[in-house]
Amino acid sequence: MADIKVNIAGLQMQNPVMTASGTFGYGIEFADLVDLSKIGGIIMKGTTLQPREGNDYPRMAETASGMLNCVGLQNKGVDYFCSHIYPQVKDIKTNMIVNVSGNSPETYAECAARINELDAIPAIELNISCPNVKQGGMAFGVTCEGASQVVRAVREVYKKTLIVKLSPNVTSIADIARAVEDSGADAVSLINTLMGMSIDIERRKSRLSIGTGGLSGPAVKPVAVRCVWQVAKAVGIPVIGLGGIMTAEDAIEFIMAGASAIEIGTANFIDPAISVKVADGINQWLDRHGCSSLADIRGVI
Amino acid sequence: MKYCKDLKIVGVEYPSDGYVLLKLTDKEQLPAINAGQFVEIKVEGSPSTFLRRPISIHFVDVENNQMWLLIQLVGEGTRKLAQLHEGDSLNVLFPLGNGFTKGTEGEKVLLVGGGVGIAPLLDYGRQLKECGACPTFLLGGRSSRNLLQLDEFKKYGEVFVTTEDGSMGDKGFVTNSSLLGESSQYVKNKDFRISCCGPKPMMMAVAKYAKQNEIPCEVSLENMMACGLGACLCCVEKTVKGNVCVCKEGPVFNINELTWQI
Repeated sequence: MADIKVNIAGLQMQNPVMTASGTFGYGIEFADLVDLSKIGGIIMKGTTLQPREGNDYPRMAETASGMLNCVGLQNKGVDYFCSHIYPQVKDIKTNMIVNVSGNSPETYAECAARINELDAIPAIELNISCPNVKQGGMAFGVTCEGASQVVRAVREVYKKTLIVKLSPNVTSIADIARAVEDSGADAVSLINTLMGMSIDIERRKSRLSIGTGGLSGPAVKPVAVRCVWQVAKAVGIPVIGLGGIMTAEDAIEFIMAGASAIEIGTANFIDPAISVKVADGINQWLDRHGCSSLADIRGVI
Repeated sequence: MKYCKDLKIVGVEYPSDGYVLLKLTDKEQLPAINAGQFVEIKVEGSPSTFLRRPISIHFVDVENNQMWLLIQLVGEGTRKLAQLHEGDSLNVLFPLGNGFTKGTEGEKVLLVGGGVGIAPLLDYGRQLKECGACPTFLLGGRSSRNLLQLDEFKKYGEVFVTTEDGSMGDKGFVTNSSLLGESSQYVKNKDFRISCCGPKPMMMAVAKYAKQNEIPCEVSLENMMACGLGACLCCVEKTVKGNVCVCKEGPVFNINELTWQI
């Protein structure tokens, strides 16, 4: 058996597979269907300082090899997370990571500061790349200045592993990644969804309530692999790759492009146990190819 | 407890043009299933069908350890399901959602179904009868070709039908039936309630009737879904408690929980 343990800036993981925010709830929704303790890390639903109702229905449209969503960060706020959800997830035997979002550097920081106090949460993933909210989200992730502002504000108050999730809806994702690294991020994860649109031609209306949404699934994988490859060459911090991973072979592509770990998102909807299958599959692939660890293949492209 | 497993197909029937009835079984005993719960099916070999397909559970044959799915063929995914054969397996995530209100002895429940929305009402009728309740069915379709499994429904209660073209039963919608009229024996009967599943305009019309006549009423929604587990928050419906997942908090809602303008 190959060694597939990874360490992302102090975050120890038994394998490189995490579940992506917004696709795996708080983990507990999947407890009947997959052994959560065998997943490298679970990145929970996006959490904001204040509760958010999200966007109106319809929020989802199936597309060729993927789907669009415009959920819009529906969540009950960080207070509810701390009082009601944290007690339910704190004893799950894997890295339970909170995805944090906001609408100003201050609200990001305040939310992160609250999470910083929770002993069983070893890391946060900062969402500066949600395409589905009017304020905040992607607005910060599409300029180096905006991204730096948010990361600096959070870095001041957040003492554990700080992952920053990047948007592909930019001219140069490598520039944003460098700005985020310079501002104190411990790692970057990419890509968030690609902004897209789908139209019901009979009704002459968008299939999504707010017109546009974020595209995910295998359709975006080549874009994601390219982004990971560019960013891994541009920064010194670990890169976590995601975007359309359905199989262990997909995950290996990201690792060869330079990813230290990967996240699985939309595939959780097709197979709730896919994360553990991919982790096992990576191990088997390495064994078959005579590799003793992920380091043998990481960034070989 | 939810499961994601390959179930074996032991029966494939075509009760009418545009429908398939799949009968599934498992080596192990099927879990307890509330009437009104649903499954999410993985469709193999259909490139345009990326997500699982949510399908209501039509009937649970406890004696033979079977679960039946009555599926209308509306797109590539469902048409692919109609090509399955006995002996094939189907990957099923189940049982999902809350299901209809459990019956109590002696209560009268009118089960109103429209189109393929009649599917979950068969198992509900069975479960109601088993606990001593008295189900009556009011089933509507475009024509007699859309009113399926009537002999099965008749095992559990009286069946009334309406068709839009008048080819069977009363002509019109279910709401044109005398069962839902001003002089209906059911109006303001204390032990009476309605459970409804069908197209949204039909459910809204039934809900409006129930509200006007102060009859307790629940409806089963079919918002577009992805995960089926309450994780992705795609299938939300606006309720008095805010946006909630139809796949987890529903699909069955009391009409008083919804914010429908009726």
